[in-house]
Amino acid sequence: MSSQDSTAVSDEKVVVIEAAKGWRFFDAKELADYRDLFFFLVFRDIKVLYAQTVLGFSWAILNPLIQILIFSVIFGGVAKIETDGIPYTLFSTVAIVPWTYMSNAMSSGSVSLIGGQGMLGKIYFPRLIFPVTPILAKLVDFAISILLIVVVMIYYGVMPGWNMLLLPLFVLMMIAVPLGVSLWLSAMAIRYRDVNFAMPFIIRMLIYSAPIVYTASAIPESWRLVYSFNPIVGVIEGYRAALLGTDVEWLYILPGMFTSVLLVFGGLLYFHRMEKVFVDVI
Amino acid sequence: MSKDSAIVVENMSKLYRLGVEKHSGDNLVTAMASFFRNPLGNYRRHRSLYDFRDVDIAGLESGTESDSRADILWAVKDISFEVPRGQILGIVGQNGAGKSTLLKILSRITSPTSGRAIIRGRVGSLLEVGTGFHQELTGRENVYLNGTILGLRKKEVDKLFDEIVDFAGIERFLDTPVKRYSSGMKVRLGFAVAAHLEPEVLIVDEVLAVGDAEFKRKCLGKMESIGEQGRTILFVSHNMPQVTRLCNRVIMIENGGIVKDGGPHEVVEAYLSAGKHRVAAREWPVLEEAPGGQVARLRSVSVRNEKNQVSDTMDIRKPVTVQVEFDCLTPGYVLMPAFSLCNEESQIIFCSNDTEEHWLRKERQPGRYIARVVIPGNLLTEGTMLINTAIWQWEPTRRIEYHVPDAVAFQVIDTLDGDSARGHYPGDLPGTVRPKLDWHTERTGDVG
Repeated sequence: MSSQDSTAVSDEKVVVIEAAKGWRFFDAKELADYRDLFFFLVFRDIKVLYAQTVLGFSWAILNPLIQILIFSVIFGGVAKIETDGIPYTLFSTVAIVPWTYMSNAMSSGSVSLIGGQGMLGKIYFPRLIFPVTPILAKLVDFAISILLIVVVMIYYGVMPGWNMLLLPLFVLMMIAVPLGVSLWLSAMAIRYRDVNFAMPFIIRMLIYSAPIVYTASAIPESWRLVYSFNPIVGVIEGYRAALLGTDVEWLYILPGMFTSVLLVFGGLLYFHRMEKVFVDVI
Repeated sequence: MSKDSAIVVENMSKLYRLGVEKHSGDNLVTAMASFFRNPLGNYRRHRSLYDFRDVDIAGLESGTESDSRADILWAVKDISFEVPRGQILGIVGQNGAGKSTLLKILSRITSPTSGRAIIRGRVGSLLEVGTGFHQELTGRENVYLNGTILGLRKKEVDKLFDEIVDFAGIERFLDTPVKRYSSGMKVRLGFAVAAHLEPEVLIVDEVLAVGDAEFKRKCLGKMESIGEQGRTILFVSHNMPQVTRLCNRVIMIENGGIVKDGGPHEVVEAYLSAGKHRVAAREWPVLEEAPGGQVARLRSVSVRNEKNQVSDTMDIRKPVTVQVEFDCLTPGYVLMPAFSLCNEESQIIFCSNDTEEHWLRKERQPGRYIARVVIPGNLLTEGTMLINTAIWQWEPTRRIEYHVPDAVAFQVIDTLDGDSARGHYPGDLPGTVRPKLDWHTERTGDVG
């Protein structure tokens, strides 16, 4: 059941406006109609992000680089965390680059509707565009920061093996996680601004919920299943396996995939359910 | 439901819950305590803003349930109308009558609580100029961004781009970030994009209220030409001359419902006479409360038509009488009543002092006086006219005894019958006055 559907009747658009009811994921045709807007909003996000900075896109490298340096010194150098024989810098680089993307995308995705409330009340376009835009825009930073991984891998002389072919799967998963989270949280934040306050420390906690600074094998056997339902665990383990050629631990990855699919589709349903009242409760 | 209707609205209603704050405590400590104690209550309160399960909507609509509950408000209530293709429909009503909510529903920004609307054709809605403009982006980038936000495809913006830039007159600043633009430039650019949308159905809310006069005229002309192309326009405005000129039909909304639907002059007249905010007559029955002091006090002001009836709608061709009633309270003063006429932009059109020979130097006896002055027909232009009234104490000292700005107001309507100063020209006619002048043209001989 759709509440606002547009159907082409004799190549004319007919829009029916009714009270919100029913469940659905999204209107693919409508989103396709607005793909140019999508493009320009993503372009805007990218261009505006580093406007009036001196270092510009270097920040896309600097941010994860500084994080890697700090972690290498503290966890690798001082705390000497066990990394299954992988040099700590290499170990953390392949994790921090995707993590930086996920955390950035999550925090800007979650506030996307609040940030766009001026537009929300003045014009209609598919509301889904709001949370999805930053998820796509942050991919540019991610693409730049891949350079870090390449440099560090060359430095340590690591050649990716056949596992590399699995990387697109983990990239997809890496995009799905912040997408799912943003769908839920952006819709929630419209009504409960608590989300805005909770977001910074949720992000800070999430980094320790996944094997970013430590290895997954440090988790006790009996907790492993519960642990791996966290989709970030799967993304990080996946990246390590694909890039460093360690074993692909599907036990860590599959439960997370399940969670991320659930997050995205549940998020779409929830978002659609709530979008009719966004303007009324802002 | 006819196939020729561009818009069909059927029994549409929109319910809002007023966020009634619960009294939570008299001082900061008890307020904070109840706030911390009651996250669940906060949650319920937030949720009730959009969840109407506790409200009997069907009962409210059919009138069996009382809708006097303090916490809910029908912004739009059981509205039905049809707009045939190519019609320019004006929507008038007081602030808070529900006009904007109706437009927001039809623009799909918010959804109705019940009922439905069907719109045939591509909808362009313009509730704000320059929606989505970003300060850091250049003019060029913002044209594309704003255009796609308003529902255009990139290739459509490509095609219109030169025309848009030309209309806005910002060629030189195309690659400058919008944050360096003057506010006027921003408005012009936003308008230019909007004016070049070519939707089958255009929804416009009061946006013509911005920009300078020249630009407003350009935009109104653009709207007229859109109308001539057989597109359907829904137009909300408080500017009655614009409404009467532009629309073929007008509906008037009050408390969320349609109270009048008909020809533009008929409905606009009804709207203006229903408007309590500006009156054509005012009086001060209690002497002590009347404006003025020891010497003179104002007791009433009114504007009257040629039949000497108080009226707030005046025919542009007919004279208007301004009548001022005042009390002289102390003997020995020369008093001079005066008034000035302003338009909606607070621009003074003229001032007029009582120059009647008889009273120019004569000290007035205490008593009630009535001064009448006639503004000739075929002088004022269309629109709202406001009258400021004052009285001078001219001798022995010169001072103003009272001055009442915007004391009364009236609306000047040009009926387009062809015998006013506009002749047979139906479009917008700028100018602060519109005198009908005598034209004489004669043929003087053959060419060459």
